[in-house]
Amino acid sequence: MQKERPYSLLDAATLGLYGGIAAIMIALVGMVDAFERKDIIADVVTMSQVLLSAMAFTPAFFAASRAQRTRGKGISLVAGAVAGSIAALLVALLALAIVPLNLRAVFVNATPVLVNELMPGDLEGIIGAVVLVAAGLVVGVIAALLTWLPGVLRRATIISLVSVTLIALLADVIAVVIPREVDRYIYRSNGLSVEGAITVFVVILVIACLWQVLQPKLNRAVANLPESRRQVLRFVTTIVLLALLFAAPALLGSYLSEVADLVGFYIVMALGLNVVVGFAGLLDLGYVAFFAIGAYTMAVLTTPELPLVRSFIPQLSFWAALPLAVLAALLAGVLLGVPVLKTRGDYLAIITLGFGEIIRLLVLSDALKPVMGGAQGVTGIARPEGFGLRADTPQEFYYLILISILIAWFITARLKKSRLGRAWMAIREDEDVAAAMSINLVGYKLAAFATGATLAGLSGAFFGSKLGSMVPASFNVLVSINVLAVLIVGGMGSLPGVVVGAIALIGLPELLREFNEFRWWVYGAVLVAMMLFRPEGLWPDAVRERELLEDHEPNVIDEDPTGLAKDATVPT
Amino acid sequence: MFSNLRRKYDFTDYILWLIGATLLIAIIYGSFVTLSSGKYTTEQWLNFVIFGLAQGGIYALIALGYTMVYGILGMINFAHGEFFMFGTFGAFFVAEALASSGFLESNPLLSIIVMLMAAMIVSATVAVLSERIAYRPLRRAPRLVPLITAIGVSYFLQYTARGFFGSGVEAFPNVPALAGVVQLGPITMQRSQIAVFAATGILLFLLWFIVSKTKVGRAIRSVAEDKDAAALMGVNVDRTIALTFALGGIMAGAAGVMYGLVFRQVAFYMGFVPGLKAFTAAVLGGIGNLAGAVMGGLILGVIESVGPSLFLEGIGIPSPHQLKDGIAFTVLVLILIFRPSGILGERLSKRA
Repeated sequence: MQKERPYSLLDAATLGLYGGIAAIMIALVGMVDAFERKDIIADVVTMSQVLLSAMAFTPAFFAASRAQRTRGKGISLVAGAVAGSIAALLVALLALAIVPLNLRAVFVNATPVLVNELMPGDLEGIIGAVVLVAAGLVVGVIAALLTWLPGVLRRATIISLVSVTLIALLADVIAVVIPREVDRYIYRSNGLSVEGAITVFVVILVIACLWQVLQPKLNRAVANLPESRRQVLRFVTTIVLLALLFAAPALLGSYLSEVADLVGFYIVMALGLNVVVGFAGLLDLGYVAFFAIGAYTMAVLTTPELPLVRSFIPQLSFWAALPLAVLAALLAGVLLGVPVLKTRGDYLAIITLGFGEIIRLLVLSDALKPVMGGAQGVTGIARPEGFGLRADTPQEFYYLILISILIAWFITARLKKSRLGRAWMAIREDEDVAAAMSINLVGYKLAAFATGATLAGLSGAFFGSKLGSMVPASFNVLVSINVLAVLIVGGMGSLPGVVVGAIALIGLPELLREFNEFRWWVYGAVLVAMMLFRPEGLWPDAVRERELLEDHEPNVIDEDPTGLAKDATVPT
Repeated sequence: MFSNLRRKYDFTDYILWLIGATLLIAIIYGSFVTLSSGKYTTEQWLNFVIFGLAQGGIYALIALGYTMVYGILGMINFAHGEFFMFGTFGAFFVAEALASSGFLESNPLLSIIVMLMAAMIVSATVAVLSERIAYRPLRRAPRLVPLITAIGVSYFLQYTARGFFGSGVEAFPNVPALAGVVQLGPITMQRSQIAVFAATGILLFLLWFIVSKTKVGRAIRSVAEDKDAAALMGVNVDRTIALTFALGGIMAGAAGVMYGLVFRQVAFYMGFVPGLKAFTAAVLGGIGNLAGAVMGGLILGVIESVGPSLFLEGIGIPSPHQLKDGIAFTVLVLILIFRPSGILGERLSKRA
């Protein structure tokens, strides 16, 4: 690794410039306006203010910590101040430019209201801009001061700041779970109360500090236990976890169970795609096709509508249709797998994308309307029932989905450790070498495709039954991208990563209603950011992580990940 | 040890041939039924072809960007359709300003040139920025990483446009000089289509000139051949790659103006399907091959406009035009399976 060169203030200014550009984009995309009505601390701080400050805070923090490493504490303060104030300066310039340049003609969100929201308080014009830059400078200095703190405290502070924001955003959700007295103390009708925010901050700060100090000791203690004891411990943790999962719907209530169901559908799908992409390295962008096939098989077999189909096949119950739906997805996986497996790498991604679109267009077309219901879709899909029970509410569905997650988890976890799993990983790392080791590429790839398709079909069948009706619009390419994003954020090839990814990408946006409009925008940014800074995911798979780190030459992701600052000095 | 190599065909090949033969028979049968029914006159068929060629010209311009980037980086720039979309928006805002000032009516040719410039600048800027921020740091990463990044860039750009410009469909201003039709013998052509042909021809010539006759073009070709060797010969690889992206963006921006003039609408999601079809065109002609991209675009445009009436209607599929996109994607799938090197490209096929 090359030696770190001394940090110059020009680098800090560049970082600040990025922060400012990000802030401008956030403002013009409409996030500032949307989040202005969401208070984090009631009547004191709004979500847009938090977001904009973060755009000054983050570059300042990185600039300051780098400056401190190479040039010392004094310079770090200056670096933080420079980065913070430049980020704020850009926002101020935007606020000044909106009305005179009539930016609204191009950018729908560049309204005079936005100017008011960007400017601090009721200030206007140049004075407002100066105050804004000063505020950026203060945020930058605070960020720099934070870098002076020892590591444990610094990390804990950042964790607490993020947590306070999240706890404020998730007020509706958390209020359901916590005792009423606590609720009344920390929350107001709009966001956290001041004393509540401080309490939450301090409590989480203490917990985070303790955790960082204790966790290594705990790990060491567990590692020192004899193997039999560790097995007992693992068993007990699993039981406790399962018990919690089965008790969850009673605690969560109807709305949260609904969200949990949705997350569950995606976990099953993502576990399936994980086999295809994570284990075998085949990028499948048409994965939604198998989900749709599962859902549509369920729909077509169990609906009382579609007279043409009914004249051939009698109306089935949910449990009779379920194996058929899964089987249909599996067959489709094999059938689509055969032509697809002739290609590799990038072409595979595009060809599967093409297949996914073809299937959607076919379902949507008038040609297949008597069988598939066309653009109006199908209604009256059967619900699971048996033993005098019937799953109607989200809580009841939760158990069915949980069971299917456990089955999918068990299957993929066992597959990963089997001969099949090792063959997949060999194919992922190098197809030609794998073939030379007499791994039958076609057979193993087909197996991966079929496994993935089966799980997607399972998820789709439950999805169709839960909705009770479906339209082809629910099965567009965005679903495939969604599942892929879940995998990437969690960590490709990693099973716990799938759950983390699904909660972060499916659960959170569902709970943050204001956020929903910007969901895809943020997904795109998250995909790029993950690939640039953390390609192994949040909860990486050990093998995959090693692979990625090996493939990266050390100087590719260096201290200047975008390469912009480096090129700025090259004469052109 | 070599028995594996000698066994050239496995069961998947037989299944593939079966699928191919079935499709071929269906196409021939459908065409035969339609042609013998005499539902469409020769003039109508010619009009279908003209429409297809105009559409195909737009695909060709977008496909050039895919093909150049693939040729130089070996990477599918999934976000290329988004560059095209931004170009259309750039042209749209300029066109609106020109239309409201009356300049568009009094000076149509100049206005279109201004619109082209605006679209090209916007698209090229977006392309170069994407390359710098998202793709450049990942140049040596494993293959899947840049592709996933490109998908991320694509969605980020698409929804940036949605946030910036609104989620509705906007009507592209009418250019009075391009309204109406011209009768050329038996063929009826819309004036906007003639404009597309003329502009596409000029741009293709310019691109060909840049790539094959100038120093910059030589740099691009040398980097496509071998990055390290090119760097040793004093070629600034980073700058050349950025320039390739800029050229691709310029072509996509021009395609955006054409699209606006012919179809008269702009929306944030409009980049995805044309992008995918242009990629199909690039693969059809042989990815990495400039002439191939143009040829692929034109062929795809014609297949798409003739196909639904010719063979889908013949097989008896109701409302066949719904499946127009389906035809394009089927072509994509078939080409990737049966001839991934495309019609003209041989050399690059080993990369796929």
